Amino acid sequence: MADDMLKSDNLPQNPERASLEGRNKFMGFWFFLGGETVLFASLFGTYLALRNSPAEGPTASEIFGLELVFIMTIVLLTSSLTSVYAMYHMKNGDFKKMQLWLGITVALGFTFLGFEIYEFYHYVHGYHFGYTTSAFSSAFYTLVGFHGGHVAFGLAWIISLMIRNAKRGINLYNAPKFYIASLYWHFIDVVWVFIFTVVYLMGKVG
Amino acid sequence: MADNTNSNEKQLYYRKKHKEEMKHHILTFAMMIAFTLIAFGLVIAEVSALFTIPIILVLAAVQVLFQLYYFMHMNQEGHEMPALMIYSGIFAALLTVLALATIVWW
Repeated sequence: MADDMLKSDNLPQNPERASLEGRNKFMGFWFFLGGETVLFASLFGTYLALRNSPAEGPTASEIFGLELVFIMTIVLLTSSLTSVYAMYHMKNGDFKKMQLWLGITVALGFTFLGFEIYEFYHYVHGYHFGYTTSAFSSAFYTLVGFHGGHVAFGLAWIISLMIRNAKRGINLYNAPKFYIASLYWHFIDVVWVFIFTVVYLMGKVG
Repeated sequence: MADNTNSNEKQLYYRKKHKEEMKHHILTFAMMIAFTLIAFGLVIAEVSALFTIPIILVLAAVQVLFQLYYFMHMNQEGHEMPALMIYSGIFAALLTVLALATIVWW
């Protein structure tokens, strides 16, 4: 009986919360996300206080290009949807399709990260806008770079899960792991919504 | 055998339910794209800052609520504790932003 429950064609509803371990992970992860919210808030607050202190360096409206930010926003938003698709297939017990959609999510994540690295490179070499240029530049790189670090970590996390569980299929043991990684991925997009609004759009408006 | 038929029916029912949820997710995604377009549009059209900034902040907040309630499934049952956690986080986050942006670095 217990064995049956672990097979992917006979999973209970909400497999991510069907075991005690899964429920604990679920609860603990939301607790963690509450803490992450405050962590990012401290970086946003610092950025808001220092964004008008460019010293001798360039100002926000001089360096930000909205085209690239728009593309990055759409890429990350789409990757949020594809990870919803992955969870949809997980709940239907379709492991292959879940892996496929997670793969697409990872590809979009790498695209986003690539654009961000290009963006930073462009600022440093095109505008001499380094980390230590001004209070504004330090606050900017810390906030946006921290988000980029979260993207990189999320990618490593999802890829590890995909490889580790490639031959296992979905079961009650790994369903919570996949579910929580996808929550993390959505949270990254939540933070990005505020970054493109507060940093880039408000930076352009002045 | 009877048990098997029953579980098949159940599975069909849940698949249908998941499909229904997926429709909501796609609708949510379309709305989020629309909000993003409006926010970028306002800034590109150079509408006055006094008008633009509050609007884009509200759009961001709404977009995040969509993300939390639909993509992160907070609209489903059993999310009382997550709601408590995330709203406590948001409360502390608002205080943090307020304090840092107004007093601390002054």
